Amino acid sequence: MSVSDLNDEDVEQSVGRLLQLGVGISALVVLAGGIALLSRHGFQPVAFHDQAQIASPLWSVHGILRGAVALDSSAVIQLGLVLLILTPVARVAFSLIAFARQRDGLYVAITSVVLALLLFGFAWGRA
Amino acid sequence: MTLLAFSALVALGSLGAGLLGSLTGLGGGIVVVPMLTVLFHVDMRYAIGASLVSVIATSSGAAAAYVREGYTNVRIGIFLEVATTVGALSGAALSGFIPTRALAVLFGVVLLYTAFRSVQAIEEHSAARPSHPWAIRLRLDGTYPGPSGPQAYSVQRVPAGFALMFLAGILSALLGIGSGAIKVLAMDQLMQLPFKVSTTTSNFMIGVTAAASAGVFLHRGYINPAIAFPVMIGVLAGALIGARVLANAAVARLRTLFTIVVLILAAEMLYKGFTGGL
Repeated sequence: MSVSDLNDEDVEQSVGRLLQLGVGISALVVLAGGIALLSRHGFQPVAFHDQAQIASPLWSVHGILRGAVALDSSAVIQLGLVLLILTPVARVAFSLIAFARQRDGLYVAITSVVLALLLFGFAWGRA
Repeated sequence: MTLLAFSALVALGSLGAGLLGSLTGLGGGIVVVPMLTVLFHVDMRYAIGASLVSVIATSSGAAAAYVREGYTNVRIGIFLEVATTVGALSGAALSGFIPTRALAVLFGVVLLYTAFRSVQAIEEHSAARPSHPWAIRLRLDGTYPGPSGPQAYSVQRVPAGFALMFLAGILSALLGIGSGAIKVLAMDQLMQLPFKVSTTTSNFMIGVTAAASAGVFLHRGYINPAIAFPVMIGVLAGALIGARVLANAAVARLRTLFTIVVLILAAEMLYKGFTGGL
């Protein structure tokens, strides 16, 4: 019992660091993209209440990556947001590895279900 | 309004939301959507997308600190995430079919409930009762740091808690919130976990729940970079400042302020929902 407690604690510490790292990196990317966006389009008028939606490459990870490589400021923001969305996914993947190392079959199964659901959500609607 | 003015004002409002949310422990996500829709006339779908993103940021940022303190029950969190992620994906599937007005009314009801919960007293449960059979099978029992060493606690009504988590997941995706109040209700009231274990485990789960539907919303175009940028940065900065000053803050007075803000927003959302003003 004491051995598994120790493992749990180690796992939790690493999970905490992983989460902080993910949020930190994504916030920096979003901030960089945001500052670029404001410096280029800061004085243009805005309106976000029109329902008309025109399909944009920024709706897919592929389009976001291509835009970010071309240093399109909106694509850089979206890249940061994708990294942020993937942070909890990485956390669950990390827990899965930790449970596997503890040979905890039941929690390997439960965590796999959660991870599969998250990946399904992320892939859903992809063109 | 220019993009610069819009971003500055939204970032400022989000900072306030993040600060209040972290100081009161009730989460700032619930304030972001009404602020964007009512004050800035942002389309409800964009507001929900931006709010979901900010919820992931604050949950993940705060979870790191809580996990270290030893209150978070990772097994309970992961087990219940099965229900919240299925709920979140169901909510994301439903959201395209629900009219904005109905979402506004639903949001108003959830805000009212959050205000009601925030003024209720915290009661601790006795650990003497044996755990629910599912809790024993799943090894959900845990300990938390008490004044005189680790305190053991038992876990009750697991199926009821699991079912309520499904609802929390649906609401999270429909409204772009963390559903923290409902998650705590499931763990604190139904499963009879210690209050601090409920709130920290709820926070641990919120990011995963929000991430389940955020990917769907990204592909649908509901996550607009120009809106999500000031919201995410503002809420995160507010939450970080809140965590720093938490020790010497007048928490009781802040809770009252938060409750008043939430009540005003509830009235606004209900009014707009019923009159179709959004």
